[in-house]
Amino acid sequence: MSTATMSTKEKPSVVSTGILLLGALYCLFPIIWVVAAASKDSSQLFSTFTLAPSTHLWDNIVDLTQYRDGLFWRWMMNTALYAGVGAILSTWVSALSGYVLAKFDFPGKSGVFKVLLMGVLVPGVILAIPQYLMLAQVGLTNTYWSVLLPQIISPYGIYLARIYAAAAVPNDVIEAARTEGAKELYIFNRIAVPMMLPGLVTIFLFQFVAVWNNFMLPYIMLGNDQLFPITVGLNGLLNQGATAPAMYTLVLAGALLSIIPLILLFLLLQRYWRVDLAAGAVKA
Amino acid sequence: MRYSFRAGAAAIITAAALLATGCSTPANSPEAGGSGSGTPVELTYWAWAPNLEKVVDIWNQKNPDIHVTVNKQDGGDPAVTKLLTAIKAGSGAPDLIQAEYQKIPTLVSADALADLSGTAAGGTKDSFPAGVWDSVTLGGDALYAVPQDTGPVVFYYRADIFENLGLSVPTTWDEYAAAAKTIHDADPSQFLGTFSSNDAGWFTAMSQQAGASWWGVDGDAWSVNIDKEPTQKVANYWGGLVESGVIDNQPMYTPAWNTGLNTGKQVGWLSAAWGPGVLSGNAESTAGKWKVAPMPQWDASKPATGNWGGSSTAVTTQSKNVEAAAKFATWLNTDPEAIKALVTETGIYPADSAGAKSALTAPPAFFSNQPDFYDVIAKAAATVSNFTYGPNVNVAFSAYNDEFAKAAQSKKQSDFAKAVSNMQTITTDDLKKTGFTVK
Repeated sequence: MSTATMSTKEKPSVVSTGILLLGALYCLFPIIWVVAAASKDSSQLFSTFTLAPSTHLWDNIVDLTQYRDGLFWRWMMNTALYAGVGAILSTWVSALSGYVLAKFDFPGKSGVFKVLLMGVLVPGVILAIPQYLMLAQVGLTNTYWSVLLPQIISPYGIYLARIYAAAAVPNDVIEAARTEGAKELYIFNRIAVPMMLPGLVTIFLFQFVAVWNNFMLPYIMLGNDQLFPITVGLNGLLNQGATAPAMYTLVLAGALLSIIPLILLFLLLQRYWRVDLAAGAVKA
Repeated sequence: MRYSFRAGAAAIITAAALLATGCSTPANSPEAGGSGSGTPVELTYWAWAPNLEKVVDIWNQKNPDIHVTVNKQDGGDPAVTKLLTAIKAGSGAPDLIQAEYQKIPTLVSADALADLSGTAAGGTKDSFPAGVWDSVTLGGDALYAVPQDTGPVVFYYRADIFENLGLSVPTTWDEYAAAAKTIHDADPSQFLGTFSSNDAGWFTAMSQQAGASWWGVDGDAWSVNIDKEPTQKVANYWGGLVESGVIDNQPMYTPAWNTGLNTGKQVGWLSAAWGPGVLSGNAESTAGKWKVAPMPQWDASKPATGNWGGSSTAVTTQSKNVEAAAKFATWLNTDPEAIKALVTETGIYPADSAGAKSALTAPPAFFSNQPDFYDVIAKAAATVSNFTYGPNVNVAFSAYNDEFAKAAQSKKQSDFAKAVSNMQTITTDDLKKTGFTVK
């Protein structure tokens, strides 16, 4: 609180504003580049000035939509499915596991937690091949499940949820509910989850973006391009084999379209995120 | 908190909707391999040739008892990697796969390809040139794939620039070097070609023309013959051109190279029969200015040609319907109607000699200025030299990329020769390490 009152009196610092502006430019530059490049046709793409926009954005989007009867939009729907359903399930599993780890005592709890922490350190990419071999044994490769199932368990999400549950759900409330005769799952669903919700929004966003950007897992799991998410699909347009030119203009239009849902999601969920930060500051 | 509740509820509703739409879809798509009595045989086909599904649609309409579904892949390397993973995992492989010729030994040694010699495909030998047939049988009695397309290498050049400089088309490599010098001297930003350290297939074709065959098989033993006179000759030749600076040293298929084709900085391209597709995509504004000629020769009295690219249709060992798959592969690559459709839809150059002749009557639109375009290609296809691929082409090719990238950067002829002997060492060592008998 004290920093907030101080900063209203101070003049904005030129140096820090400058650094922030540079940072913003650094982050926005690739997006500006994509917007400019997506508006060029193939003859302008590599010949005109990089950041000079052109007038072919709509043509490129129409071409992309017509590519193999609108396959691009199917990829968009697939990505929304993988990211949306995957992130919701993953958030629920994380909340449940984190809550249990924070609020219950059971033998081996610290062992479970340590294994979990180790899991945080293992990059998901190196698990893709073992996961493929396991899913191949039950015949689930090349299905929606092969991409959804491995992403439901997120060690980092569970770790975050444990911290949120410990901070946001007072033990007294749980005790009171138990005294009233509430069942454990009821306490979790009706009391703990609402209290943890701001934190869960963070986990949801985090997982959603992770799945949206995931390339390796679907790339290995899927052979049928009707099931591809946008990342694998666009990569395929760039690698048509030596005999066909890469479809740069389509890929750029697709890249531009594929970031729009993410931007919208962040803008729409931004206020919950702010609630979350404020709530965290009060409770900590 | 109120907001959070609503957000949660909205998210769950969205998820439920997505789940409902998403999970109903796989039920509609045909399952691989499953065929009961009375229902048609379902085959899946991994391929990456553009628009191939339109050709397959013709088959599906005519053959209600064998239904083929194309799963489009990201090009030859990823498809093979995926297939090998699926073979190791024991499930997940398709019935049919588009396999490049240089991948066949790798796939055969991983036991991934079914032997088709006893099926409908066994009788197609006479449709294909002997060299192509060799690469799908590996010189033995088994048949591992039906050839689909080939890539005989020719020389594409900007006829207008040649005319302005009073140059005639090079027929030997000496003339090619002289033309490269004339063009670069007249305009230092222009190059007659580039040495591409990214395209091992291209360098293989150059070596193949000079008489190289990088692998050899004798009974159970493999030999590696990269560091021999033909390949050394080719490496020295290109090393000399790069060192003197008359040839570019940047890889092909980069944005810069694409621009070069379009703006006239790249005046020529040694490429395969499928070249027009790339040129029309990358250098639209130069349509009508290009012409095609045979590859320059080492010995003009004995014309030879290299092959870059091309692929076949193979049946995997996990397929439960090898007979039906072989029947389809035979139709796709030898039936006149299928070949005609392959040519118009996917833009390939068919391996089937008679089919190619009857299907390719007019030049591609990009070369409408050259009516005899396909005569040049057909002549080149008839002189393709023999070449044997081994089971570790991927290792040799990545060794090529690593070693020749260094040489192309240093621009020293001596480094090109060194790169060839390094390729030999790396490829031989890998073959021994993976347990093959190496002579």
